[in-house]
Amino acid sequence: MAEIVLDGITKRYPDGALAVRDFNLTIADGEFVILVGPSGCGKSTTLNMIAGLEDITEGTLRIDGRVVNDRAPKDRDIAMVFQSYALYPHMNVRDNMGFALRLAKVDKAVIRTKVEEAARILDLTQHLDRKPANLSGGQRQRVAMGRAIVRDPKAFLMDEPLSNLDAKLRVQMRTQIAALQRRLGTTTVYVTHDQVEAMTLGDRVVVMRGGLVQQVGTPQHLYDAPVNLFVAGFIGSPGMNFLGATLEQNALRTSLGDLAVDDRLRRLLERQDAPRELIVGIRPEDFEDAALVGERRTGQACTATVDVRESVGSDVYVHFTQEGGPAGITELAELAADSGLADTGMRGHRIVARLDPATRAAEGSPMDLWIDTSRIHVFDPATGANLTHPERAEY
Amino acid sequence: MSPPAAETEAAAPSAPGRRGELSEGARQERRLGLLLCAPAVVVMVAVTAYPIAYAIYLSLQRYDLRFPDQAHWVGFGNYGAVLTSPFWWQALWVTVLITVVSVAVELVLGMALALVMHRAIFGRGTVRTAVLIPYGIVTVVAAYSWQYAWTPGTGYLAALLPAGSAPLTDQWQAIGLIILAEVWKTTPFMALLLLAGLALVPGETVRAAMVDGATFWQRLWLVILPLMKPAILVALLFRTLDAFRIFDNIYVLTGGSNDTGSVSILGYDNLFTALNLGIGSAISVLIFLCVAAIAFLFIKIFGAAAPGGEPERR
Ligand SMILES: Nc1ncnc2c1ncn2[C@@H]1O[C@H](COP(=O)(O)OP(=O)(O)OP(=O)(O)O)[C@@H](O)[C@H]1O
Ligand SMILES: [Mg+2]
Repeated sequence: MAEIVLDGITKRYPDGALAVRDFNLTIADGEFVILVGPSGCGKSTTLNMIAGLEDITEGTLRIDGRVVNDRAPKDRDIAMVFQSYALYPHMNVRDNMGFALRLAKVDKAVIRTKVEEAARILDLTQHLDRKPANLSGGQRQRVAMGRAIVRDPKAFLMDEPLSNLDAKLRVQMRTQIAALQRRLGTTTVYVTHDQVEAMTLGDRVVVMRGGLVQQVGTPQHLYDAPVNLFVAGFIGSPGMNFLGATLEQNALRTSLGDLAVDDRLRRLLERQDAPRELIVGIRPEDFEDAALVGERRTGQACTATVDVRESVGSDVYVHFTQEGGPAGITELAELAADSGLADTGMRGHRIVARLDPATRAAEGSPMDLWIDTSRIHVFDPATGANLTHPERAEY
Repeated sequence: MSPPAAETEAAAPSAPGRRGELSEGARQERRLGLLLCAPAVVVMVAVTAYPIAYAIYLSLQRYDLRFPDQAHWVGFGNYGAVLTSPFWWQALWVTVLITVVSVAVELVLGMALALVMHRAIFGRGTVRTAVLIPYGIVTVVAAYSWQYAWTPGTGYLAALLPAGSAPLTDQWQAIGLIILAEVWKTTPFMALLLLAGLALVPGETVRAAMVDGATFWQRLWLVILPLMKPAILVALLFRTLDAFRIFDNIYVLTGGSNDTGSVSILGYDNLFTALNLGIGSAISVLIFLCVAAIAFLFIKIFGAAAPGGEPERR
């Protein structure tokens, strides 16, 4: 177990590609940190640099207080779980799990006990003498985990360890990994591009984009106070809705009507010299069916025509289309591309609202919606910065 | 942790599909397959089965081209003559020696070259081309250049040796030089086959071994080579069969003198120098049997034990 410190880590590949830029993070002993971001943002590269599989171009990496930039992977005492599991196909499960100990010249009897203990924890005991090729996907995944835990290393590094499993198994394994990490208390860095995994697993989440760290914080903090458009759109499912807005005297004029600006928000916007053209972000759950909202609550009502109604039992998701969504914002285009929305060929701008199941909303007919204006986010379209939560990311 | 119940069930090996019950579609497909193979089979029979059968037929006769009228059936007499002759056993011994030593050396060098080519980041194409040059040169041409190089008085390599030495006239030195020429010539082929095998070793598995604490040699011995075993066996099989039939290098370098001849040289001498078709054919058939035995051994003994015998799923 150890503290891992990344100090100004930069990675430039030999072909000139700048994969990671000035990465600063201190991972506390025993902490579970998630690296999340869209494909190609440098998550694996960062992890491989910690493991020693990629050279660090600039910056220093300290594990347990020692600079390890120039140490080979075998001298870093770190275990890694790969996306493909990377099991040794010619060895049985027992030998796969004991391989690192065997290389470390640990006594045979000790290896045996440790492997059997790990197999018991992971429920692999009856498979110890089988070859990886004869195991199911979930079992192979557990062997890969077992190979890491028998070593009792300073840290676990996991690169999308669950992405080859089907959805149901992924949820089960996610819970098991979280429980295992808590039980062993080993520092863990976990890479995923699945924001649900990121939100549910980690003590802290690092959101990356294009090799740059966007924000570091607890899952709740990232959800409540995203520093910019990218984090706001990336965290949360379904994602935050974005609307173009013009700042008027006391209101933000949007295609959903005028949203009142309260004193706190006005002061914030004035202090930051906000431009007149802004982007408003509203989370799906900050909408409600106007008919179900009591008189007491302050907010804004508007009318929209329902395109699609999806009921998931506990909630009803209502989709509707608005003209004049924010255009020409690279972050939003990237988010849409990452979530596959760009390919759906939808015209106009799609808004998703999460409503109480008691709603009477019906497809094709207009309905009155209520927006919780106290919870909206306002972004500067030029910088993408969140003007509602101007505090810097907590490191 | 408790395993997901459904998954434990799925772990049991699935029952093999029942044999012998081909559907109509499958039968038609098989018929089409046979039809498509037929032309190739016909050509094969014409160009290989017929000569082999004819050689066997000849080997069972006393047939000397100098006295064609006296040809007559002798059954296995020629085989008896060959197998009791010290020349055959001497040639066989030389052949086996050359085969074993040259293939072993080629395997090691070829593996080293394959690793270099696999890891080369800069000038990959140049490295591969350079390595392949010896393989691209006609064997006889290369053999002659070796012969000149080792001939006292004219050769640049012979000049490096103490005065008065003529390496190609001494049995052991000549065999050594024949092996050298063989190795120089065919290591690139070995390297290419091994490179193909190396490309099949998953990068993540090797990286996992690095993280698990393996040094370069440990990765090579414990992970890379076992995973390459099928490719290594194929390379060894090809090269062993090739080396066993060695002819041109010996023919040019020593002509088989001083007990340096291989079985192929012996067969050639009997067939084309002595014009004894019966004995020569018997030797050819024996070589064919040896080659078949080598192939059989490789496939039976090593093939069955190879982890990649049936392709592994990962
Ligand atoms: N060996 C390499 N040589 C050059 N560029 C590379 C190399 N490996 C990765 N890159 C580049 O570095 C960037 C980051 O890659 P990385 O593999 O870290 O992404 P990632 O965040 O893990 O993505 P994914 O979710 O798809 O796995 C990418 O733009 C990629 O093209
Ligand atoms: Mg990756």
